Amino acid sequence: MLCWCGLRPSWTLETGSSLSPSLAAIPMTVHNLYLFDRNGVCLHYSEWHRKKQAGIPKEEEYKLMYGMLFSIRSFVSKMSPLDMKDGFLSFQTSRYKLHYYETPTGIKVVMNTDLGVGPIRDVLHHIYSALYVELVVKNPLCPMGQTVQSELFRSRLDSYVRSLPFFSARAG
Amino acid sequence: MTAVPGLGRPKEAGSERHGCSAGMAIFSVYVVNKAGGLIYQWDSYSPRAEAEKTFSYPLDLLLKLHDERVLVAFGQRDGIRVGHAVLAINGIDVNGKYTADGKEVLEYLGNSANYPVSIRFGRPRLTSNEKLMLASMFHSLFAIGSQLSPEQGSSGIEMLETDTFKLHCFQTLTGIKFVVLADPRQAGIDSLLRKIYEIYSDFALKNPFYSLEMPIRCELFDQNLKLALEVAEKAGTFGTGS
Repeated sequence: MLCWCGLRPSWTLETGSSLSPSLAAIPMTVHNLYLFDRNGVCLHYSEWHRKKQAGIPKEEEYKLMYGMLFSIRSFVSKMSPLDMKDGFLSFQTSRYKLHYYETPTGIKVVMNTDLGVGPIRDVLHHIYSALYVELVVKNPLCPMGQTVQSELFRSRLDSYVRSLPFFSARAG
Repeated sequence: MTAVPGLGRPKEAGSERHGCSAGMAIFSVYVVNKAGGLIYQWDSYSPRAEAEKTFSYPLDLLLKLHDERVLVAFGQRDGIRVGHAVLAINGIDVNGKYTADGKEVLEYLGNSANYPVSIRFGRPRLTSNEKLMLASMFHSLFAIGSQLSPEQGSSGIEMLETDTFKLHCFQTLTGIKFVVLADPRQAGIDSLLRKIYEIYSDFALKNPFYSLEMPIRCELFDQNLKLALEVAEKAGTFGTGS
């Protein structure tokens, strides 16, 4: 039996004094975010709270993540008993939850969060439409199909994620 | 209750009692061994969305052969979606790329003399080979989910959510995975997974004729599993019939 609740020190009321006691007891945060294009190129990666690295070089990690998502999509389309509309939405393990959003053009937004976070499809859609499309696609100096170099995109994305209601800046 | 004593894994045994299955919220159960091989599989009888229409030459859908099946590649309309397979032509069932009376489907539909023709389309059912492959695929994805974890000590994928189903997985300490596909609104699947583990220990492991990691062919396991599924559905359903 997995007793993960016993291993989480932040189950006490030590986080976020501005939150109500019930919210503060649930640690919610964003671990990291990946952005892929339709060819599997990792356009962007940011991390906020990540305790464990994958143990492989970053390039390989991106490929593994993309490959896993590609396989999950194919798996889900075969397994589904009915015709799918949105497809694969998220998965969770005992420690984190991975949220997935894909656009019809093949741009994939992947966010790893804590288990307490509910569906955030609208957040991922906002990252695509208001940040990626506005700041990268519409920028004539940002070449498509490569890692995004735009500092504006990076900082706007960072401040957007930090402003999310389920992002809590835990110490350490 | 089926009279066939545990013959073969992909049993459509649920079809015997589909008369009372209004709102079959648990779609399937898979049991995967340590090596990723499928050792047990159960599917509920779920009437899949099918569309039958009469067509005249030329066909305005694009059909292509994929994975030994004739699928719709383009021309989605009226309940016929991309990815649907040709299930029957003029009432005669289609197996793979041939009809039950031996005609090749694409060739038959390419000949204008055979029109007008009535074709039934629908989501293809998985063959047992495909189920084996999907089980192994999930076994690997489970492990990768754990490797890519941003937090320490993560397990593999325990719950995977899509808009049409939720997949729940429970891995035991011995490496056996119990996978249940259910309606997204169905509750109580976690306790159902533990119950299936109990049934596995009682009726498969304690059976002296059962070898570990091999396909489960135990009549008592089947019976008790079906009972547990019925109980779980009744207990966890929140108006999925609507």
